[in-house]
Amino acid sequence: MRSKTIKVDYLARVEGEGALYIKVKDGKLADVKLKIFEPPRFFEAFLRERNYTEAPDITARICGICPIAYQMSAVHAMEYAFCVKVEGQLRALRRLIYCGEWIESHALHVYMLHAPDFLGYPDAIQMAKDHSDIVQRGLQLKKIGNEIVALLGGREIHPVNVRVGGFYKVPSMQELAPIAEKLKWARDAALETVRWTATLNFPDFEQDYEFVALRHINEYPLNEGRLVSNKGLDISIQEYENYFIEEHVQHSNALHSAIKERGAYFVGPLARYNLNFDLLSPSAQEAARSAGLSPVCRNPFKSIIVRGVEILYACDEALRIIDQYEKPEKPSIQAQPTVATGFGCTEAPRGILYHRYSIDGKGIIVDARIVPPTSQNQKTIENDLWQFIPKYLHLPDERLTLQCEQAIRNYDPCISCATHFLKLHIDREQK
Amino acid sequence: MMFSDSITHGKSSILVIGVGNAYRGDDAVGLIVAQHLKKQILDHVNILEESTDGSVLTELWKNYDAVIIIDAVCSGAKPGTLHRFNASPQPIPTKYFHCSTHTFGVAEAIELARALKQLPQYLIVYGIEGKCFETGVRLSEEVEKAAQEVLKRVRQDIITLHHGKAQNNTKNTNIL
Repeated sequence: MRSKTIKVDYLARVEGEGALYIKVKDGKLADVKLKIFEPPRFFEAFLRERNYTEAPDITARICGICPIAYQMSAVHAMEYAFCVKVEGQLRALRRLIYCGEWIESHALHVYMLHAPDFLGYPDAIQMAKDHSDIVQRGLQLKKIGNEIVALLGGREIHPVNVRVGGFYKVPSMQELAPIAEKLKWARDAALETVRWTATLNFPDFEQDYEFVALRHINEYPLNEGRLVSNKGLDISIQEYENYFIEEHVQHSNALHSAIKERGAYFVGPLARYNLNFDLLSPSAQEAARSAGLSPVCRNPFKSIIVRGVEILYACDEALRIIDQYEKPEKPSIQAQPTVATGFGCTEAPRGILYHRYSIDGKGIIVDARIVPPTSQNQKTIENDLWQFIPKYLHLPDERLTLQCEQAIRNYDPCISCATHFLKLHIDREQK
Repeated sequence: MMFSDSITHGKSSILVIGVGNAYRGDDAVGLIVAQHLKKQILDHVNILEESTDGSVLTELWKNYDAVIIIDAVCSGAKPGTLHRFNASPQPIPTKYFHCSTHTFGVAEAIELARALKQLPQYLIVYGIEGKCFETGVRLSEEVEKAAQEVLKRVRQDIITLHHGKAQNNTKNTNIL
């Protein structure tokens, strides 16, 4: 029997630095480790002794792809602590900037990072030589998402216009109008994204996951809701730490998350979709059905279609918000700091992002905790690989490596956030 | 010549883009060269500073016939070494521009644009070998010196491009 080790020393087309180690002994899978070796970044420690107003700008620096998610979880946590309720058009503008981030992040992942796996290209540059129109569509979609973030956030990378209580400056209707015109094109392009991704070949792979996502009473979740799962979890975000634990594992600089006494769970677009299908816009529901997706999908490879569905939803929602927009009188609501603990959990493109801050009477952060989506998905990614790899052990190492990388990219992992990704090492031990 | 046509219509025909991160030592050099060029009166030349990822480059240059990009590189050469690439006819080795942590660096963006047939007619890329990319530090002495040389070279390129002689200078070179 053959034994071997396969190592991918740097996983490509994922955000941040990580590696994959696979050990095969006597022809059977003996070990799988998703190694996150990007060094710890100590953001929780940086936040101590900083003013509560600084949290959205400091945490936005954790990620260049999803800074809005960090800003939103931070401001919601602070507002919970100081009993501030942001409503009306300011609340709508927060959903709008989040839609921009979803469009930008999902378009990048679907077209530039994940599609080459399905079509057999090493990267998007090679794919672009044969599929120029498709790649250009992805780039245009990403650009429109970026424009929304830039308009509302002040700039597209590490935006600076979000604050506790609202924004520093809010846009006029005249400023939003050109974006609406572009979003009409983007909605058609998103629909085409769903149709096109549905034509890709998907491995026959389904698992009995516990999906976890926010669920709001009447809207597809972005900023607010209760934390629910398909296995009975239904809690307020303030109860997060009573139900979820983080564990250190030797091979990863990112903590592994688990549901107490149950283990691994799944966050991100597939979880949101499965738990909130009824709250998608009618056109997004219709597009999903037409693409052959039922309201519950357990094949993580089909997350590429679901990302397309979510791009479509984000375009619909952004257009709805702009259509109903009236410029608020004030760009923000004043917060009065008190001794308190605040909790925030919002839906980053990759899944739920939890923040908790303790604040003293002068508004100084005394303690901070941040749990990003990729660290929550690590156990599930490893579990997938344990189930997925045995079917492909007959493949040569190079092909096996590509299959594994594709499976990992189902989760659009952001290692920079999780600490934060990827190299592959396959060890086939020879007797 | 395409340039002459553009100039007669009163449009900038040459775009210079300084790429970099202002807060990371020698990575700021592209931005600093762009800032110096902005202080000089250069007819028909538009100068931009760009600090986001490379995917924006195609959008920036779509209305230009000739583009000059200046960025810091870390290829392992001696600090201050000046690399010059004529990127229109031939690919740029990705090892020269791979400092972006997310998405696209300059080389990837150029090669993607080549695949999409969206390269400008003339594309010159200067890469200045950095010494120190630490946060909050000034340009190193070697890179400061190289920046002065790039300024001279870019001015010369602009004159050459105006005279439509860019196609005569297609060799990739290490200047310093």
